[in-house]
Amino acid sequence: MDELINKRIKEVLNGNQEAFEEIVIHFQHRLYHVCYRMLNNAAEAEDVAQEAFLRAYVNLESYDQKRKFSTWLYRIATNLCIDRIRKKKPDYYLDATVPGTEGLDMYSQIAQQQQLPEEEVVKMEMKDRVQYEVNRLPEKYRTIIILRYMEDLQLQEIADILEMPLGTVKTRVHRGREALRQQMGSM
Amino acid sequence: MEKCPEYVVHYMHAFLDGEITNKEQRLMNEHLKECEECRNTFEELEKTVILFEGVDGLGAPAGFVSGVTTKLPKQPVKKDPTRWLRQHPFMVAASLFLVLMSASLFSNFENEQQFSFTKQPNVIVEGQTVVVPAGETVVGDLVVKNGDLRIEGQVDGDVTVIRGTKYMASTAVITGSSEEIDEMFDWLWYKMKSMAKDIIPGIKEQKLENE
Repeated sequence: MDELINKRIKEVLNGNQEAFEEIVIHFQHRLYHVCYRMLNNAAEAEDVAQEAFLRAYVNLESYDQKRKFSTWLYRIATNLCIDRIRKKKPDYYLDATVPGTEGLDMYSQIAQQQQLPEEEVVKMEMKDRVQYEVNRLPEKYRTIIILRYMEDLQLQEIADILEMPLGTVKTRVHRGREALRQQMGSM
Repeated sequence: MEKCPEYVVHYMHAFLDGEITNKEQRLMNEHLKECEECRNTFEELEKTVILFEGVDGLGAPAGFVSGVTTKLPKQPVKKDPTRWLRQHPFMVAASLFLVLMSASLFSNFENEQQFSFTKQPNVIVEGQTVVVPAGETVVGDLVVKNGDLRIEGQVDGDVTVIRGTKYMASTAVITGSSEEIDEMFDWLWYKMKSMAKDIIPGIKEQKLENE
């Protein structure tokens, strides 16, 4: 399969734009899935995954054909997701006072999006619960847990995608796993 | 209850990563048999992993592919000429070397307009012409630049005339090879050959055998 993909990449580089469609068809589900797990939103996942393909196309010249294409593609997609997550974070100070109120700070204005009450969580279907718990993980564990367990990638490949030493990836898998265990504790 | 050894947690994770050794696994199992708390932790970890591994892959929505292909820029991927250069630093260095070298060769050809020849004891110079007199034998190679060469005697070696003409009398004998160089290309070839000869002394013989 890798050979076929590399052949298509060469065709694209030689000016055949249509060959890129086959690359998109081949990787669309994997890339969309990662984005969906990272962002927890179907519309955003589609948007970011498509953007990742477009960036891959535009920068195809800089792809090193001696390496795995999927690794490179995953790297583009996870970076875009992380950017998107960071942008979603509010850029105002939470302890600033809301104008027109007396002593009411911004904390009171945030929708309870991340933390649900215990009884709500217990009622969730398991697949929703899994997604919910992953999204509660700190970002640096989240990406790695998603790649490791939901995408079923090897530790070395994750290290290549995130351009991190293998040891760091291992430590984060351990910590992420431990965090998940504690979050799931009551199941 | 005594505190659980710290390595047990490391072994659990090593186990889950599939990187545990037999010895480590034996130590871990021994501890898990005795310690309920660690056994629970381990079971919870395993359950968590199984749960997260079991998540179904989500397919991209319909129209995803066309969503990408319609947004592709109209022009094909642009070639970045500097990319090849960046990937082949050795080739860049080599070709740069060749360019600079050949520049100096050409400039030599243009600039060296002076008449010059290999100093040999028994040749005579008449104006712009070097003469090997009849009955004389020149031992060694003879090179004449920007002048003519007339051979009436014998030359024991190669004869090269650059931008000039070689006249041979009927009595002339040249034991080596002889050539006249006029064009830029010949000049270059001659330079390269003589450079190669300097580097690899055996190449002259080989070339003669080939011819």
